[in-house]
Amino acid sequence: METSNPTRRAVLGTAAALTAFSTAASRAARSEQPPASVSPPSQALIRVNGKQLTLELEPRTTLLDALREQTDLHGTKKGCDQGACGACTVHIDGKRVLSCLTLAVRCVGKEITTIEGLADGDTLHPMQAAFLAHDGMQCGYCTPGQIMSAVALVKEGHTQSDAEIAEWMSGNICRCGAYPNIVAAIREVVGPDGKRG
Amino acid sequence: MQSFELIRPRGIDGILSDWHPGDAFIAGGTDLLQLMKNDVVAPERLTDLDNSDLHAISLVDGSLHLGALATMAEVAAHVDVKREWPVISQALLLSASPQVRNMGTVGGNLLQRTRCGYFRDVGFDCNKRRPGSGCPALRGDNRELAIFGGSSHCIATHPSDLPVALMALDAQLDLAAPGSGTRRLPLAQFYRLPGDTPHIETALRPGEMITNVVVPPGPHARNSLYVKVRDRTSFAFALVSAAVGLAVSDGVIRDARIALGGVGAMPWRLPHVEAALRGQRADTSVFETAAARAGDGAISAGLNKFKIELTRRTVLRALRTVAA
Ligand SMILES: Cc1cc2nc3c(=O)[nH]c(=O)nc-3n(C[C@H](O)[C@H](O)[C@H](O)COP(=O)(O)OP(=O)(O)OC[C@H]3O[C@@H](n4cnc5c(N)ncnc54)[C@H](O)[C@@H]3O)c2cc1C
Ligand code: SF4
Ligand code: FES
Ligand code: FES
Repeated sequence: METSNPTRRAVLGTAAALTAFSTAASRAARSEQPPASVSPPSQALIRVNGKQLTLELEPRTTLLDALREQTDLHGTKKGCDQGACGACTVHIDGKRVLSCLTLAVRCVGKEITTIEGLADGDTLHPMQAAFLAHDGMQCGYCTPGQIMSAVALVKEGHTQSDAEIAEWMSGNICRCGAYPNIVAAIREVVGPDGKRG
Repeated sequence: MQSFELIRPRGIDGILSDWHPGDAFIAGGTDLLQLMKNDVVAPERLTDLDNSDLHAISLVDGSLHLGALATMAEVAAHVDVKREWPVISQALLLSASPQVRNMGTVGGNLLQRTRCGYFRDVGFDCNKRRPGSGCPALRGDNRELAIFGGSSHCIATHPSDLPVALMALDAQLDLAAPGSGTRRLPLAQFYRLPGDTPHIETALRPGEMITNVVVPPGPHARNSLYVKVRDRTSFAFALVSAAVGLAVSDGVIRDARIALGGVGAMPWRLPHVEAALRGQRADTSVFETAAARAGDGAISAGLNKFKIELTRRTVLRALRTVAA
């Protein structure tokens, strides 16, 4: 947990450090601009993995930042922060979405599931077990997002062939190139006929 | 990202009566939040469209009505869309990723801003972002930019796939503005070419929102498809894409519709190629003759020159596939 009430400077600092593709010039332009309006953080109740959490949210706080900075749920990862990598994939009301492009205050009244919500006590979700069995990761950074996407994919039923699995997993990038093993893990969970799940 | 206020009014009337200058609408947020994180736009207040009651997909007198808040995933999977307007479903399934399609909406997709890299990085000048500052793309990295409809002020492309399909199908938009009721506008009249005002992109009036998209049916719509050529197999924007619809009976082309994506300042119809097809036999030599003209009028800025030949080939492949 970094800070529950970050200052504007702290937020900008974090954002600049984590924005992989920003130039020096754009960073300079960013810090020159005064805030257009200030909305004080307010408390909101958000339901994550079946538990109500009280979070301090500004309108601009993304669900990803709220999870990573205000809860101990650090499994959801920040890759690009721009919708392009899938590392931040979570389920909202059962659908896979990107938490980096979701405003946390818009999640009030919705059911959020993160990677921490998949296991049943000490028993891993079948997809988690299959990723372990098939070495579906190397560095592991993309893995929580891959598994959240894979669980949704099986539910959606886009698993008739390896090509279909690859297409419907294409929102999750893996810098380590673990793709064949990821497809093998999903294939194990759905079975050879591609229909289970 | 700069601070802003978020309001969540109910219904179209509530949304429109609460609107004031400086506000922006947020639907799925997938494009707006990227732009806000990079300080390309900085609205003072966001109006959440979630409670607008515009999520429905329905058939009215045979026409398809897409609520502006219907998600890309919902439209792509809809049985009537897949059967009567397959090009719409295909264009959406070739867009973005499953996660983005679960979030992004019809209205937001039509209003996605250009992917021109200079526009999205405030470290550069850009006539679209800062009118009069200049266009570095003209002599810079223009590999992905427009060969149709650009000007000496801007050669950005419209990046979305869905409106390419909708343009080929002569879709219309229902728009609602504060105080002035609703109007219906052909999509072809919705987008504005850059000219010397590239920051004006659409015919939307202040505070006006898209409520609904109306798509007429027809044999060309039922026999339609989308071909998208990109740098990688999936999860990439179009270098060139083509939406085609052909109505063929007794081996003769009765109607033809072709629109291009990835190459135009707006989704780009090819009326002269359509005219070259109508009344002709649906065979390869006719397709080859017509597709050879698909690059007519194109202007290259340098690095995007390859798109002219790629456009001809993409149109040919689309025609042959839809007729097969
Ligand atoms: C990594 C990535 C890859 C992508 N690849 C593709 C692709 O290949 N093809 C493609 O087509 N798209 C692609 N997209 C873009 C994506 O499809 C759009 O971001 C999405 O469709 C926008 O919809 P939204 O509802 O999230 O819009 P928002 O971000 O909520 O809004 C976009 C704009 O539209 C305005 N707006 C929204 N709804 C309305 C309305 N009803 N009336 C008036 N104004 C409104 C907003 O004010 C804002 O200016 C990609 C996006 C990402 C992140
Ligand atoms: S092409 Fe248009 S959007 Fe790109 S830098 Fe030039 S003016 Fe800006
Ligand atoms: S962090 Fe890359 S998609 Fe969200
Ligand atoms: S395992 Fe390293 S990024 Fe996928």
